Amino acid sequence: MNEMTKIETTLKDWETDQEVRWCPGCGDYAILKAVQRTLPQLGSDPAKTVFISGIGCSSRFPYYIESYGFHTIHGRAPAFATGVKLANPELDIWLVTGDGDGLSIGGNHLMHVLRRNVNMQIMLFNNEIYGLTKGQASPTSREGTKSPSTPIGSYDHPARPAAFALGSGARFIGRGFDVSKHLPDVLKAAHAHKGAAFIEIFQNCIVYNKDVFDDFAAPKGAEDRQLWLENGKPMLFAGDSKGIALNRDSLSLEVVDVTDGDWESAGVIVHDVTNRSVAHMLIEMPFGVFPMALGVLYDDPRPTFEDAVIQERKMASEGKEANLAKLLGKGQTWTVSGTAQDPV
Amino acid sequence: MATASTTPQDGIPASPEAIVVRFAGDSGDGMQLTGGQFTLSTALAGNDLATFPDFPAEIRAPQGTLFGVSAFQINFGSREINTAGDAPDVLVAMNPAALKVNLAALKPGGLIIADTGAFTKRNLDKAHYDANPLEDGSLAKFDVLAFDISEKTIEAVKPYGLGNKDALRSKNMWTLGLALWMFDRPREPIHDWLKAKFRSKPDIADANIAALDAGHAYGETAELAGPLKQVHVDPVPSEPGLYRTVTGAEAVSLGLVAGAQLAELPMFFGGYPITPASAILHHLARLKEFGVTTFQAEDEIAAICAAIGASYAGQLGITSSSGPGIALKTEAMGLAIMTELPLVIVNSQRGGPSTGLPTKTEQSDLYQAVYGRNGDAPMPVIAARSPSDAFEVAIEACRIATQYMTPVMLLTDGYIANAAEPWKVPDPDDFEPFPAKFLEVPNDGENFLPYKRDEKGARPWVKPGTPGMMHRIGGIEKHELTGNIDYSPDNHQRMTNARKNKVEGIVVPDQEVCLGETSGKLAVVGWGSTYGPIHRAVDNCRRKGMDVSQIHVRHIWPMPKNMGELLRGYDYVLVPEMNTGQFKTVLRDQFLVDAQPLTKTSGQPFQIAELEEEIGKFFDGIAGNEGGQVPANDQQLPSTDGGAK
Repeated sequence: MNEMTKIETTLKDWETDQEVRWCPGCGDYAILKAVQRTLPQLGSDPAKTVFISGIGCSSRFPYYIESYGFHTIHGRAPAFATGVKLANPELDIWLVTGDGDGLSIGGNHLMHVLRRNVNMQIMLFNNEIYGLTKGQASPTSREGTKSPSTPIGSYDHPARPAAFALGSGARFIGRGFDVSKHLPDVLKAAHAHKGAAFIEIFQNCIVYNKDVFDDFAAPKGAEDRQLWLENGKPMLFAGDSKGIALNRDSLSLEVVDVTDGDWESAGVIVHDVTNRSVAHMLIEMPFGVFPMALGVLYDDPRPTFEDAVIQERKMASEGKEANLAKLLGKGQTWTVSGTAQDPV
Repeated sequence: MATASTTPQDGIPASPEAIVVRFAGDSGDGMQLTGGQFTLSTALAGNDLATFPDFPAEIRAPQGTLFGVSAFQINFGSREINTAGDAPDVLVAMNPAALKVNLAALKPGGLIIADTGAFTKRNLDKAHYDANPLEDGSLAKFDVLAFDISEKTIEAVKPYGLGNKDALRSKNMWTLGLALWMFDRPREPIHDWLKAKFRSKPDIADANIAALDAGHAYGETAELAGPLKQVHVDPVPSEPGLYRTVTGAEAVSLGLVAGAQLAELPMFFGGYPITPASAILHHLARLKEFGVTTFQAEDEIAAICAAIGASYAGQLGITSSSGPGIALKTEAMGLAIMTELPLVIVNSQRGGPSTGLPTKTEQSDLYQAVYGRNGDAPMPVIAARSPSDAFEVAIEACRIATQYMTPVMLLTDGYIANAAEPWKVPDPDDFEPFPAKFLEVPNDGENFLPYKRDEKGARPWVKPGTPGMMHRIGGIEKHELTGNIDYSPDNHQRMTNARKNKVEGIVVPDQEVCLGETSGKLAVVGWGSTYGPIHRAVDNCRRKGMDVSQIHVRHIWPMPKNMGELLRGYDYVLVPEMNTGQFKTVLRDQFLVDAQPLTKTSGQPFQIAELEEEIGKFFDGIAGNEGGQVPANDQQLPSTDGGAK
């Protein structure tokens, strides 16, 4: 987020004249619309907004947003974004990446942009597959995923994007999915957070990993399978008939039944977005036994990298004159004067 | 007093034109520091000089071992000095390993100064000596001055209450004191430096000063007794002005700061620690007041990507590394070429491939610089020939990058990065500014075309944040005007041509002949840090009457327009380089001249003598068939006789 002058725009203002080249029915369309709907609500200025991406289906995103856009190379978008932000901290940066781009080839850069806390919104579109290279298993693919590169089924353990982000030192972790009507709220909260805000967006790849998130994202039965978190509110789902409580013996979360709305006596926890330990437990909740935790899981800002860099530069420059001639002649010098043979 | 000495320094005249001294010891003995301070005092005495620090890749290799030897060589004189010298006249050996490793280089009749205190049984064993060479007569063809420097140092610093181990750390200062006496150098600058260095530990400063003074006093006493004498080297006549010493890493850093100022841009430097390039990051990190942001990235790739990001946002992005790191940055260079953003990439070359020889010098990244990217990815390449030349070359790199919207690779090497030489401090006002221009309004009527080129073939630079100029760029082939994704065959052909033509059209000065004639029998063509030895060797050969000229190339890509014609004016072209013949290949490719290779990949710079010998072979043929061929040791391309005509 940036302190910025709010600009009035409409959804249309954020559309480019470029033909969108995702597969028909791809979840990316819904995410694009959600972002285009959110930007006017934020009062964002297209001239001061930069979308930066790596490589993959999700990384085509900048071409479709009428702002500044930089489609870079595979996995490295966080490094480019860091350079852009340091060069001009006034720019509002949205980073677009995917599970392959952000967690495989670019895992290193993602870790460092999060731990440095460079102020930007990082949207990781997680479709648990390599789409643009035609369907190989990705680092988030579930064990047993059959793909051209894993014909008998994958056997490596999947990475958990939100857990990775938290472990890397992220101070904001949000979760949503492509067609969710709550996605703009998560994006807005991420934008309001000053620092690196990580948003995992489950995205349906209808060609290579169709409906893989249906077990919680499908409209039917969604209430029972989605836990939408709100700061200061009890963690309730299934029409408030169930909640999340802390089992004090095992120090782990458990699902409890709530009768007659009395969540307090059922021991349901009130969501505190600054509680890192609970955030970790929410991220790690095994789906099935538990619902999928969505919304803002963690939000606890701390000073940003670019502010520290600016501060350091200011301190280091204080009282110093940027005189190049003096700099060149610094240190121990000697003067050769002209002689008869070698007049000045 | 000397415990062992043969004849006094017969080998060294009392007033030589130039003299080469090598300080060698264990990597913990502080030889680089000793050499650095001796260099400073030599510069202050008005001699011309060149240095060659040669140290192991290990930070603290096991004490006393052969591979842990660290050396610093300096050549200084009353005439122009071009190299650190072929063979030392004086070798200071702080332990047996240092003697063993460096003895072969010493001139016959040269002087060895050795610390007998370190020639213990244990250290002799570590250096694989069966007998003590100071005592077994094996050094008969040298002058040997051996005495217990260790003991004398302990004695000198005794009043400061240091333990033996700490006291022995001042051994290098004792030795420096002796060297200062020997070459009649003032001690005050070193006193000042020690006081400043140990400002918070005055005891340590005093102990080191005491050791330095004791070494100096020992020289006087020893002279009275006979075995040692003072050597005077007169100041070199040089152009009037303000001088300082400068290493290549310093000069590159200063040149980049100057280049950014001349372009009127803040500088963003993305780096990742790597030998021998880190020194540039360290220098720039201390120059924040010049609008410099330094960013130590998580890896080489992030370092260049962040620099490109900064260039995209309107700063001058710079990154620096050495061969293996440059390899990692390669994909990002392609993006900078594709998106046509300014960027300077400094490659301080070292021995390769892979990790290779991290602390040794080589010029073997030329192919990597000129050809080493996927796709047709043309990029300007320029090379510095000496530490002081690196300043101007860095400015030139910034100029090309910002004026032509292109990444530029600047080649230096481990030798240039670490070596020091006197430098006439330039006046920044002598350089023509080249302010960068940002496009802020549409460039095609009411439309903005991000890839519409100017007369130089460069596309406009638009800073994000500029109202009404929003656009998208990226690594995918783009339409020749709008920059929108465009894979169509004709467009890719036109864009490939445009990128090629832009780089080939970069205006570079005509190639000059550094020494000799613009045509003749033999041209010795070099690039980079071989300048010094080639210059001296060609000069020596010309004095012997040989028709040989020196051409030294700064602009490797694109090359000066007159290059082909110039080379064809010589009967023979010899290309000495510290690789297996890379520039030779480029010259053959570009100009169809029979450039002949003279290659060396030992991690050590060329010696003047070896170059003279090879040049001589062109002139000692049978009458009527003068110009014997240099034995070609390059198997890549057959050479055709007479192709150089």
